[in-house]
Amino acid sequence: MSALRQIFALTLMGLSTLPQRLASSLVIVVGIAGVAGVLVSLLAMRDGFQTTLGATGRIDEAIVLRGGSNTELSSRLTREDATLIAQAPGILAGPDQWPLISAEVVVIVNLPKKSTGTDSNVEVRGVGPQALALRAQVKISQGRAFAAGRRELLVGRGAASQFSGLTVGSTIKLAGEPWAVVGLFESGDAHESEIWADAESVQSAYRRDGYQSVRVKLTDALAFNEFKAALAADPRLKVDVQRTRNYYATQSQRLRRLIDVLATTVAVIMAIGATFGALNTMYAAVATRQREIAIMRALGFASFSIVAAVMVEAIALALTGGLLGAGLAWLVFDNYTVSTLGANFSQVVFAFRVSPMLVGDALRWALAIGFLGGLLPALGAARAPLTSALRGR
Amino acid sequence: MKYLGLVLAGLLRHRSRSLLTFASVMTAFVLFGVLDGVRTVFSEGTDTSGQDRLIVTSRLSIIEPLPYSQLARIAAIDGVQQIAHANWFGGVYQDRKNFFPNIAVSADEWLAIHPEITLTAAERDAFLTTRTAALAGENLVDRFGWKVGERIPLEGTIFPNKSGSNSWTFDLVGVMRSGQDEGSGFANELIFRYDYFDEGRTQGQGTVGWYVVRIADPARSNDVAQAIDALFRNSDAETKTQSEKEFNLAFAKQFGDIGLIVSAIMAAVFFTVLLVTGNTMAQGVRERAGDIAILKTLGFSGVTVCLLIVTESLLLLLAGGCAGLGLAALGLPALSRALRGQLPPLEVSVDTWLIGLAIMLVLGLVVGVPPAVRALRLRIVDALARA
Repeated sequence: MSALRQIFALTLMGLSTLPQRLASSLVIVVGIAGVAGVLVSLLAMRDGFQTTLGATGRIDEAIVLRGGSNTELSSRLTREDATLIAQAPGILAGPDQWPLISAEVVVIVNLPKKSTGTDSNVEVRGVGPQALALRAQVKISQGRAFAAGRRELLVGRGAASQFSGLTVGSTIKLAGEPWAVVGLFESGDAHESEIWADAESVQSAYRRDGYQSVRVKLTDALAFNEFKAALAADPRLKVDVQRTRNYYATQSQRLRRLIDVLATTVAVIMAIGATFGALNTMYAAVATRQREIAIMRALGFASFSIVAAVMVEAIALALTGGLLGAGLAWLVFDNYTVSTLGANFSQVVFAFRVSPMLVGDALRWALAIGFLGGLLPALGAARAPLTSALRGR
Repeated sequence: MKYLGLVLAGLLRHRSRSLLTFASVMTAFVLFGVLDGVRTVFSEGTDTSGQDRLIVTSRLSIIEPLPYSQLARIAAIDGVQQIAHANWFGGVYQDRKNFFPNIAVSADEWLAIHPEITLTAAERDAFLTTRTAALAGENLVDRFGWKVGERIPLEGTIFPNKSGSNSWTFDLVGVMRSGQDEGSGFANELIFRYDYFDEGRTQGQGTVGWYVVRIADPARSNDVAQAIDALFRNSDAETKTQSEKEFNLAFAKQFGDIGLIVSAIMAAVFFTVLLVTGNTMAQGVRERAGDIAILKTLGFSGVTVCLLIVTESLLLLLAGGCAGLGLAALGLPALSRALRGQLPPLEVSVDTWLIGLAIMLVLGLVVGVPPAVRALRLRIVDALARA
């Protein structure tokens, strides 16, 4: 009990002299705020990317590609393939009894990115009439869907935010001809980076005959095996079948790893640097209070209490810094939208996500840095020979 | 030079403090080395030797093919010296994680237009005479341990071949090395012959992915680019012509503004270093007020004392900074390995060293000058009285 009282008294005294050591204490706070801020921002980027790609695709939805092609862009299916696929078992029927299946053609167009003004590869997806019924997550938030056979575009929210000229009512040129933007959609997944149109219109504009992929909604997740086996057994088809959940997970693998390795490397190096900085500052703080601490020890305060009080101070400063940095990162970067080149050779738009868990992570790092930074100086202060410390040497 | 002892004495007066400051500076520059390496890879992409080369792609997008018939018409344009063509193959070696660019090229013209690709005469001959020949960049050969003479199987993800499968096999006849010390774009590429590819594929025969054009006068590159695009305007296959450098930059920019991200992180880091070292230096000089007063009493001028302190801080920054960049140079290959070839090899380039040295000098001055000025103004009597 008395140990606690001692620690309390010492901590209070330490904190009351803090204003005199404001500059050097701020060094700890700002240093750790920097680490926490960068850490949270980088991990928010990683999490945002994972959330967007991870939320794309379902286990009761399948994508059919030409055998051996990794991405939609490198795949080609003929009209006959699409018809054969539609006859396979396991496909869910829509409200109007038509199977929920969409043969889709994917092309890339050059559109200027708002942030840089340079051309970027944006994915235009020509979809079948059942595409919206198939993907229940797609909601039209503004305007309407494109009409069959017309040169009209339904633009994903992410694409509209990143690339120029995609507001409802405007017209852009694709394949040398004008197309009207008639609507905006939200889906909360990677489709938001795309521009949708009628498959027939895209085929005719780009002089394409076949498709890139066929997507089907399965009666349930288990029907996948039956569907896949039926396509594999058909000698007229040479296709790969995947659940869309797996397809998008594989698509983002490379980029996820890249972001993961880089973010972790940077965070670890910064944390090491911050620990050195905290050590330095706490040594300095203890040095200026050397005489005062020695007097306390002479008065009978236990070494343990002194160590604890110094560490409480270091940890308090570190946590303040951690909160400050994480808070700043949250203010600036939560929902900050960026885009990068994804696996399908086209832009993926995603938003940074600063979750409470990330803030918790940052505070844990701050705590660790404060602990390490306080421990050695505190031990030093408690061990210094009393007589010379009292003389201030 | 004769004051070196004094400077060192200043640094060693409080050993653990100097060591910790050194360590924080070092860590900051390790980070700088790593991030600037990443930035260089994204912003520069390849070397700048292609000043006299233009890249002609479809105006619709980079994936739209162009008809082979355009080749002769482009070659006839005034100012065009040479033209080569290429097609992205997108083949996978063993596992799709082993990504590297593999491209079908017009063999003779491609080598002529890229003089920076260094080959032995035997390798060149073999590539020009063997239909199934392929050349691999030096980094790629190291990565997979390939030997010249080996057969390299690739699974074509875009192009099935006429035998009805996706398997293509190439004979590795040589290694593309760059004459320069800096890694070039082709160090991670595999190229093979367009004629073999075009005959073997089942679709898109007679089309090419892009043309590379060599122009006589780099100063006229804009004019020639416009002339090429004008030639095909309103045709079925409109073109978009850029200098090779513009093309690479535009492609790198598609990954996002890496330069901006790196600058933001480094600004936060260096600001912190500034605070930590500044604080340490200031405190050091405060504690040494007595010593400084004695130096002045002995006849050292204020300016000399001032210089001593600035030198001390410069020395600390330079030592820490160089150690940090050195560590980064040692550590980057490990990071490259952890990324499994998803980025070209990372390195601390000469430019990074130069920028780093400049930052060290500036930080050293910013940190050293305020306490030095305080030492200059220090009144001997006051300082001695306090001591």
